Amino acid sequence: MSTRNKTLHQAAGAITFLLMTISIYMIFIYAPMEKVMMEVQKIFYFHVGVAWNGALAFLVVFVVSIMYLMTKDGKWDRYGMASAEIGLLFATLVLLTGPIWGKSAWNTWWTWEPRLTSTLVIWFIYVAYFLVRGAVAEYHRKATLSAVFGIIGFLNVPIVYYSVHLWRVAHPMVFGSTGGGLHPKMLHALIVTVFAFTFLYIYYMLKSLAIETSRRELENIKSVLRERID
Amino acid sequence: MLKILSLLIKPSSGKLLIDGAAAGDLNRKIKGKIGVISHNTFLYDNLSAYENLQFYGKLYQVAHLKSRIQEVLSQVGLNYVLHDPVRTFSRGMQQRLSIARAILHEPAILFLDEPYTGLDQNAIEILNSVLTRLTDSNRTIFMVTHNYEQGLELSNRVLILVKGRIAYATKTEGITSEGFKKLYRQHVGGGQ
Amino acid sequence: MLLRQGWHIFQKDLLLEWHSKQVISSMLTFSVLVVVVFAFAFPPSRGITEAVFPGMIWVAFTFAGVLGLNRAFVSEKHQDCLMGLLLAPCDPVSIYIGKTLGTFFLMVVMEIISLPLFLVFFDYRIVGSVGLLVLIIFLGTLGFATVGTLLGALAANTRSSEILLPLILFPIVVPILIASVKATGLILTGSGQVEQLVTWIRLLVVYDLIFLIAPLLLFEYVLEV
Repeated sequence: MSTRNKTLHQAAGAITFLLMTISIYMIFIYAPMEKVMMEVQKIFYFHVGVAWNGALAFLVVFVVSIMYLMTKDGKWDRYGMASAEIGLLFATLVLLTGPIWGKSAWNTWWTWEPRLTSTLVIWFIYVAYFLVRGAVAEYHRKATLSAVFGIIGFLNVPIVYYSVHLWRVAHPMVFGSTGGGLHPKMLHALIVTVFAFTFLYIYYMLKSLAIETSRRELENIKSVLRERID
Repeated sequence: MLKILSLLIKPSSGKLLIDGAAAGDLNRKIKGKIGVISHNTFLYDNLSAYENLQFYGKLYQVAHLKSRIQEVLSQVGLNYVLHDPVRTFSRGMQQRLSIARAILHEPAILFLDEPYTGLDQNAIEILNSVLTRLTDSNRTIFMVTHNYEQGLELSNRVLILVKGRIAYATKTEGITSEGFKKLYRQHVGGGQ
Repeated sequence: MLLRQGWHIFQKDLLLEWHSKQVISSMLTFSVLVVVVFAFAFPPSRGITEAVFPGMIWVAFTFAGVLGLNRAFVSEKHQDCLMGLLLAPCDPVSIYIGKTLGTFFLMVVMEIISLPLFLVFFDYRIVGSVGLLVLIIFLGTLGFATVGTLLGALAANTRSSEILLPLILFPIVVPILIASVKATGLILTGSGQVEQLVTWIRLLVVYDLIFLIAPLLLFEYVLEV
């Protein structure tokens, strides 16, 4: 890794660590305890943190997919794969933290609550993104086809949200929504948490890109060697 | 390389000039002047010879399609199976129909990609006679083959490609089969 | 020009289908089979039938539809016919139009034949407007066929294409499923909730538009050799 890159990685890592520490402090000490759900409510901060950044990750996949189709430059595909990976991880976390909150709030693990349901559908879309990648061997085909799917998938995201929301409106639930306003201190904690996760996203992206770049370099070296020996 | 020449993919380096003009802008027009014969026939098994040719004729906007179909079928000697489904044809017959398909729109350039694969002697002779007749008219024919004996017989020029680069080019007049074998081994075998 | 080439391809595929009738027969059989399985899964009592019917018919239509989508491009694999199409002075968009028309047409034929059968199996009486029902089936099938053809072409070039297609298609068509099932339910029971119905129809139209235009732009990338 070049020196510049190393500094970048270290800087991102340091900021992430710092923000995360502050965020955890704010969540557990600074923000007041919620009356009904007590400690369990605190998972809400992580839930929202990963949810927003998951959406960011998928937006990035959309943009870099378009860039790849326009430029055919492999780096956009690497960004796409890295971002989709992190996005999928974050979406999984949303699907795990949501039910934990739900069990405490409504005494059921899963209700077909619109946002969670939409996240579930979107989770499947990004799993599909990786299925497409897995099904193609040749590098450029893989990049092109996943870019196409990345675009279609993201175009679908707002429509999924809208249609699931409508679906739920048609069948109003007994359980009700996430509840009323936020105490200002809670809001502060929330904002810091969201940014902490954004930097975590950036840090993961850098690492993932570095790994993928090394992998490609290795493959290039192998093919050059093969050509020489053949 | 055939894929680049038949305008299927763009070259990764360098430019492609056809008739002096850069390929890419007039792609569709140029594609209408190219015919391709490969070891895959591009024919639909469940359609008849007539239906296959009718389909391609429409795609290439061939004029007077019906009579043109009869014409090419007699050139390749397949009139008697006009309405039979292609899946009932022998390999040789399928390849001959493929030739008919390729020349249906009277292309100025013909690309042949290993056309002799799997052909019996009779089919090889028919293919060669069609090719010879085609070389008389004002056409360019480009054949990729490992069967250099056939290639030498039919062609005016020969190129040897090694790893995507032209290693050797010459006129075929006067080259014997033996002589060519030596040249081939020299450029391809040792691989320096 | 684009449309005409697309039409030629559509005609060719129809001709192929007419000779073998393979796709339509498998789609029909599978569609009816799904409904029979439903009958075993949810024994048709009065209450259950009413609740399940709209969803069930769309499950049958989409599952059978995936079969049709698969065949659309797999049929071009033999003897590398797809190459033949790409070499011709034919825009990839025409191929998209032709294939979408083909799948849409076959799906509609399958639906016209299966739906009366389903009504008989479940002794279901349509209370509402048949015309509106036809509209919903049209819009839902169209959205499915358009994005399905793009993804079908995408999957056809991969290994395990037949497994891949349903996995990547169904998450994308969730909105159509939701809208079509809801709208069908409203129409079949003849409930007067016009506003809701209009909302669902609007959703279907928007989806159809987006996923008619996006594939038009993306299709050439999927077909690259």
